Amino acid sequence: MKLLTVIVLLPLAGFLLNGLLGRRLGRTFVSIVGCGLPILAFLATLKAVLLLQAAGPDAALLEVAYRWASFGDQGFDVAFYFDRLTAVMTLIITGVGSLIHVYSTGYMKDDPGYARYFAYLNLFLFFMLTLVLGRSLLVCFVGWEGVGLASYLLIGFWFEDPAKAAAGKKAFITNRVGDAGFLLGLFLLYWALGTVNMDEINAAFAAPVAPAVSASLVGVLLFIGATGKSAQIPLHVWLPDAMAGPTPVSALIHAATMVTAGVYLVARLHGIYEHAPEASQVVAVIGVLTAFFAATIALVQTDIKKVLAYSTVSQLGLMFLALGVGAYGVAVFHVYTHAFFKACLFLGAGSVIHALGGEQDIRKMGGLWRRIPLTFGTFAVATAAIAGIPPLAGFFSKDEILWFALASQHGGSAALWVLGSAASLLTSFYMFRLLWLTFLTPSRMSHDTEHHVHESPFSMTGVLIVLAALSAIGGFFELPHFLEPLLPIPAVAGSLEHYEHTFVFVAVAVALLGLAAATFMYRRGLARGEALAARFPRLHRILGGKYYIDELYEAVLYRPLHWVSDRVFLGLGDRLLIDGSLHGLAALTRRASGRLSRVQTGQLQWYVAMAVIGVVGCLVWVWRHG
Amino acid sequence: MADTQLLLGLSFVLFALGLVGVMVRRNALVMLMCMELMLNAVILALVTFSLETATLSGAVLVFLIFVVAAAEIAIAIPIVLQLSRQRSSLDVEGYDRLQG
Amino acid sequence: MGEATWLNWLLWLPALGMVAVTALPKGRDSLVRSVTFGCMVLQFFIAAILYQRFDGTVAGLQFATDVPWIRDWGVGYRIGLDGLNVLLVSLTAFLGPLVVAGAWNAVHKDVKLFHVMVLFIQFAMLGTFLAQDLFLFYVFWEAMLIPMFLIIGLWGGERRIYATLKFVLYTAFGSILMLAALIYLVLYTHGSSGYMTFDLRHLSGSQLPLNTQLWLLSAFALSFAIKVPMFPLHTWLPDAHVEAPTTGSVILAGVLLKMGTYGFMKLGFPLFPEAARAMMPVIMSLAVISIVYGACLALVQTDIKKIIAYSSISHLGYVMLGLASLDLIGIQGAILQMVSHGLVAGGLFLMVGMIYERTHSRAVADYGGLARMLPVFSVFFTILTLASIGLPTTSGFAGEFMVLLGAFNAAWPAHLAGNDLPLTLAVIAVSGVVLGALYMLWLAQRILFGEARAPHAPLTDLNSRETAILVAIVVAIFAIGLFPGDPLAKTELAASEFQQRVAGGTIQLGSAR
Repeated sequence: MKLLTVIVLLPLAGFLLNGLLGRRLGRTFVSIVGCGLPILAFLATLKAVLLLQAAGPDAALLEVAYRWASFGDQGFDVAFYFDRLTAVMTLIITGVGSLIHVYSTGYMKDDPGYARYFAYLNLFLFFMLTLVLGRSLLVCFVGWEGVGLASYLLIGFWFEDPAKAAAGKKAFITNRVGDAGFLLGLFLLYWALGTVNMDEINAAFAAPVAPAVSASLVGVLLFIGATGKSAQIPLHVWLPDAMAGPTPVSALIHAATMVTAGVYLVARLHGIYEHAPEASQVVAVIGVLTAFFAATIALVQTDIKKVLAYSTVSQLGLMFLALGVGAYGVAVFHVYTHAFFKACLFLGAGSVIHALGGEQDIRKMGGLWRRIPLTFGTFAVATAAIAGIPPLAGFFSKDEILWFALASQHGGSAALWVLGSAASLLTSFYMFRLLWLTFLTPSRMSHDTEHHVHESPFSMTGVLIVLAALSAIGGFFELPHFLEPLLPIPAVAGSLEHYEHTFVFVAVAVALLGLAAATFMYRRGLARGEALAARFPRLHRILGGKYYIDELYEAVLYRPLHWVSDRVFLGLGDRLLIDGSLHGLAALTRRASGRLSRVQTGQLQWYVAMAVIGVVGCLVWVWRHG
Repeated sequence: MADTQLLLGLSFVLFALGLVGVMVRRNALVMLMCMELMLNAVILALVTFSLETATLSGAVLVFLIFVVAAAEIAIAIPIVLQLSRQRSSLDVEGYDRLQG
Repeated sequence: MGEATWLNWLLWLPALGMVAVTALPKGRDSLVRSVTFGCMVLQFFIAAILYQRFDGTVAGLQFATDVPWIRDWGVGYRIGLDGLNVLLVSLTAFLGPLVVAGAWNAVHKDVKLFHVMVLFIQFAMLGTFLAQDLFLFYVFWEAMLIPMFLIIGLWGGERRIYATLKFVLYTAFGSILMLAALIYLVLYTHGSSGYMTFDLRHLSGSQLPLNTQLWLLSAFALSFAIKVPMFPLHTWLPDAHVEAPTTGSVILAGVLLKMGTYGFMKLGFPLFPEAARAMMPVIMSLAVISIVYGACLALVQTDIKKIIAYSSISHLGYVMLGLASLDLIGIQGAILQMVSHGLVAGGLFLMVGMIYERTHSRAVADYGGLARMLPVFSVFFTILTLASIGLPTTSGFAGEFMVLLGAFNAAWPAHLAGNDLPLTLAVIAVSGVVLGALYMLWLAQRILFGEARAPHAPLTDLNSRETAILVAIVVAIFAIGLFPGDPLAKTELAASEFQQRVAGGTIQLGSAR
């Protein structure tokens, strides 16, 4: 039996069943199919992991499904590849994915598009599994674009609202920009190596004879693809808008799985980046800048989901920072811990929104801890985890990222460490701000809302508890070590070798500092925060306006494109030059014919005279030339 | 042979008369008659050559021209009649509605 | 050769259908439709059998017929299937019944004449693809104009006369040049080899001086480029599409446009290989300009049909880019992209026709929220939109991906050799992928999403006839997208022969390492 193929196809079956029959067969059927097949996929993954473990640390399972197309002696196979890296990703996707499916049965209970929702969610899982299990870049690209599609459909799930539909479109198109880079990288690799199988690409770059292509160029091109999918500067603009989708979608797609695809790609192709210091430098710098700037924006957001969205962008930046300094395993470690606590946070936020009947503004919350204690408890654990408070999961992964940002011999530097730590400080601050304003400060809810507050059903809180537990203990699993046979851990600069523990204390101090500052500012409510904003109005406006990147793109890219298309291409090119010259030609012909037609006077004698002249002319010509 | 030259000369004169007549006379009926004159000139020339070369093809062509001439008159006379009924004049100057 | 009979049946069945429909009594409209439809279905089955039995591993013509026609000129009735036309013939036969079914309720004026014309154009299109004789090719090529002229001119929209004249004048202008060039070519071959023939196999062996080749190729290319259409000869297309009835648009987008690219592939490049190589930078540039220009113009249209029309210009630009890359993958991709575009654009035009029958409006601004009002319609429209964008697993992706890969494969060695033009063009072409998503999603967003509104609401969703048509198209789209290996295996040999002939032995292109 082809186990890997089955893992991929199970959610597809769910999509087809729910999509085609779901509306007719009712909610129970939809729930069973929608949750059951991902859980089956999870179990199948566990079995695959067992097989893999039995085969040894750097072994891999390989399955060729069929040949997609062949050209001469070359071709593209649809093949699946399963090693430890894939195993981690697949477990996260099917595991967290299944949990979120279960949560959704509660969250989406009353939505008229219930069947459609689960169909899309299963479709997403199918493409996501294609992405991580695909052996070749081409199969990976299929999943890559496919998750974009699922994301598009789910962001615009409530499509009656034009803003939500527009957010979906924005996500798709921004991703497409990245995809163009991905494609170019893929083409270049195919030209140079004649294969796009990722294991073979890594092997080719590790070979003593270097491939006939610049690793840095390929690395940067593929990284452009990663910036699109993982919302890094300059293609980060779509992710905050993507919060228009249902909250479980934000948890699954825009926090735990899809957005980490870029990280996965770079980690998977570490063979290229190890030999591309320039490209790695680019990855690290973009990553740390994204981490820092997204964190600053998150400071002033008032929508609970927007705060989490920018926090996701920021955390993804940290992951790229790790990738850029060669700590691939550590980046995957953060993917793994982040999946737990960020999913928990988003689902907790969903529970809050659910409890408040759709309210998302944290300025209108407060005092919820007493009313929805389970949600509060799990949210608090996850907040502490993301802030990096030991011994929760986030602490381990983040600490290692910052350590390698400083100490790695593969491009680590003090500047990266400073910015990374600053981002970490800000993260701790705004997350505790969120916690205070949502749950702990005195209530600012309207009386009406307050009356309706209720804890979510067990299908939702149960999932929260599981995720909170994983956020708490997940860090004790030494993932970088587990992955070391595949993803090497970079060497540490000699001068810093003995200071690792010192920096652990610094990291903890940074997290606690953030906690303390947030407590000082927001313990009593909004007042101190607003006073600070009033002291620095311009800074506050810039942060609130997200550095006006959207407006910039609108003014620099979209509007000129429209203007050129409309005025230059359509108006000047098509209408004036091409059609104009054609119509001109037609008019000219008509006028010239009009002139010529005057020869036809209608006078018989004139015609006869012309005929005679013609005949005489012919005779003369024959006489002269004959 | 003198006869041949004479006959050809006569043919030429007849043709020229007909051509000039078509070109200068304004009366449609007269123009038709002039055209007949030209055809007859051609017939004369053909018969002459037929005699000269002692073949029959010239004579055969004469019959063809007869047919054409008869057909032409059969169509032309009704047209002329219609025109004269419309305008009670046969002056071709007046008929220029075929101009472009 | 019993097998050749099947191919003759395929070609002549629409002609027989024309006779049969003409002979039907007046006023029996549904009978006319049924006979036409039956004829098309029968034809589709014949094509399916031929496709199955076509052997991709054998070079040259299969199921060929070669009967002298005009002996003195060396003109023959020569038809046959080869790797270059097998997919396009199948596509034509596949779309035939769908076109008739799509027009079931759309035409009420002169129903008989309409269906005769549909059969006529089917006959002429199949003939053009199958012809292996230059004279026969030209006859069929010109014959296509007549039914199209009438279909747009009689059953079209308000400005149909302007549109149909523009279409015919543009095309006829190109055809005249092609006629002159092909007569010159035949006479030249006559002069050098001593016997006169229009047989393509003989003509493609003639060695012409480069200068002559350039002139002749320019004449052929102009004719084909108008049909494709390539920038800047494209302005007839949007007008023709907007004014044409649905049937006309579907035939136009589905098959007729491929005549141009097929012409390049079958005649233009292989007959004049040296000239083709010399002109490749120009052709490639125009192809890429078409891609971007078409996409940009699609972005600013307000008429749904015009958006799809301009998107056709863009998509056929990819086909030309693939052919011009002279890389095996690119050529294969171009062939696949032709088929894919036929399915996708044909399907989109059918859908526009379906909604137009309900609302009598094609303005984007008139619509919104159809996803709520017409869920089935919206599902199909979304799928076709995504296929048009070239989302993986659809046929659009397979074609586009291979074209771009081929273009890049050809461009990178050129770049290393110091010629940056192909690389620049390839990179710009890749950016067309973004533009494609931009205009199609923008269209989908505005008509499918948002607040529900449409003229003549409430509307009824697709009926089973319409659903069946679209299911057929969607299945084909996914079949090609997921399993392109089978069709590609049928065309591979012909494509590599084309590549070797045109690229020649001197320039080493392709994925060389």
